[in-house]
Amino acid sequence: MKVTEKDVQYVADLANLELTPEEQSRILKDLNSILEHIDRLNQLNTKNVPPMAQTSDKFGIDASKQGSDRFSYVMREDETRPSLPREVLMENAPDSDGAFFKVPKVIER
Amino acid sequence: MATSTALPKEVRAKYEPVIGLEVHVQLLTASKIFCGCANRFGDPPNTNVCPVCLGLPGALPVLNRQAVEFAVLASKALGCRINETSIFARKNYFYPDLPKGYQISQYDKPLAEFGHIELHGTNAGKGAGTTKRNIGITRVHLEEDAGKSIHDGFADSASSTYLDLNRCGTPLIEIVSEPDMRSPDEAYEYLTKLKEIILFTGVSDCNMEEGSLRCDANVSVRPVGQKEFGTKAEVKNVNSFRFIREALEYEIERQIELIESGDKVVQETRLYNANEGKTYGMRSKERAHDYRYFPEPDLLPLVVDAAWQKQIEATMPELPDARRQRFVRDFGITAYDAEVLTASKSFADQFEEAAKAAKNPKRVANLVQSELQGRLKAKGLTIEQSPISMKGVAFSADLVESGAISSKMLKELYDLSFERNKDFPLIYEQEGSPKQSTDTGALERIIDELIAANPKQVEQYKAGKKTIVGFFVGQVMKASKGQANPSVVNELLTKKLES
Repeated sequence: MKVTEKDVQYVADLANLELTPEEQSRILKDLNSILEHIDRLNQLNTKNVPPMAQTSDKFGIDASKQGSDRFSYVMREDETRPSLPREVLMENAPDSDGAFFKVPKVIER
Repeated sequence: MATSTALPKEVRAKYEPVIGLEVHVQLLTASKIFCGCANRFGDPPNTNVCPVCLGLPGALPVLNRQAVEFAVLASKALGCRINETSIFARKNYFYPDLPKGYQISQYDKPLAEFGHIELHGTNAGKGAGTTKRNIGITRVHLEEDAGKSIHDGFADSASSTYLDLNRCGTPLIEIVSEPDMRSPDEAYEYLTKLKEIILFTGVSDCNMEEGSLRCDANVSVRPVGQKEFGTKAEVKNVNSFRFIREALEYEIERQIELIESGDKVVQETRLYNANEGKTYGMRSKERAHDYRYFPEPDLLPLVVDAAWQKQIEATMPELPDARRQRFVRDFGITAYDAEVLTASKSFADQFEEAAKAAKNPKRVANLVQSELQGRLKAKGLTIEQSPISMKGVAFSADLVESGAISSKMLKELYDLSFERNKDFPLIYEQEGSPKQSTDTGALERIIDELIAANPKQVEQYKAGKKTIVGFFVGQVMKASKGQANPSVVNELLTKKLES
């Protein structure tokens, strides 16, 4: 067992989730099986492999270019574009006075 | 002052404060860091938002090239080394003004590291300016700002919090110092210098009232001589440099008192209340600091290679310290005056432009030093509020230089400028463009009369007491109401007395 009930509770808390006892035990099982799988991956020797958070810096870019040029297409020029009209925006707001979003009073936790 | 506690000096002297600062600076881009919404303060609430900065499902961030260039420029100005590859990361926490539930920031691979700011001890009182000290800058990283929560001021504020998300996605750099500062005065000087450097680079307006420069302080105390740091507290919510100094003073004394009475300092975030001059614990739970950073999958690594760095660095303006040294060298002014003249970039530019256009740049600097500063001080004005512009000073300097007006006349005209709050050239014109008298005929008449009226002094002169000529010069100036050109007077007098 990699993680315990306590760990699950802690992570759920961080994620603002309330779990039923059934969900908690299911997630405990899922998490442990995921971590066991990671353990298996960890058997590989990756000493000389740089960490990769995503595949797109390996594929889908102009590999003929070097340095900043190679990645420059992922940036935009500093130009403004129209924002959403506020009426449209507030259609999806659970609560609003027309100008501001309103949420239940924030109390520091 | 914040020091409401009366800690005996000898107790205070037993401890050494350790201070590190985190400064957030908003960048002056036209658009936000990851979307095309306008990056502008003061617009109506929620009018500069779009799916990206609202964190609506499916929206993807695209990095603003200008934000990167500004961040690199600021980092270089702070003496940092740029990491050719840096990585964006998600900092996860829940707060209503952060609609995505995470802030895109940088974590284990920041944009820049290993910088420093040089302090000269200008706020240290005794011996100021003699103790140069480098304060290390650990890192500078690029991130996005959150929105704004408004907790008070509405009819239903007791039950609701209002949100304005215009600020979401404003580009920020966070500048983290090493825990190198040892007094609130040093922290104050560090911040002053940092702000000045950033202002000179032009990447931010550093306006604290509008929140474009914000500062959090980490502070702890330890017995003098101890190597390990004490437990630190983080002081937040301080909106001026003066308040930061006060908050630090208070916090240092609070911590010393705790230790002295056998208690322990608790690691926590504390808020400063400027009205009371006290800090208060936020009572937030420790878990709030578990941000579960992980690499941002929506953004590629940020690569700023040597060629791009060079391009950015080519736009670097002359920084304040370098400019000061040059002013001292070129214009022969004191280090203090150089400091005053470079209070802001725009002012330093004005001064330099005016000085260079004048016949004698050094005279412009001298006039600022001898005639302007005192008058400004008497009126409680900063040099930027001066009724006499730098162009006006240069104009007056040229008049003195060419002998058109005497320095006495200049003083009177300066007084008038300050009285009427009008620039020098206008006053000069209004006063009928006075010129000091070089009409030798009129002067000769005055001198002849004086010589006739003061035979005793003439005799003294002829007997070899040449210094008596000063008496005559004074009398002539008085008789001509200060309008005479002293060098002409001198010449004529000598001629007449010798004859």
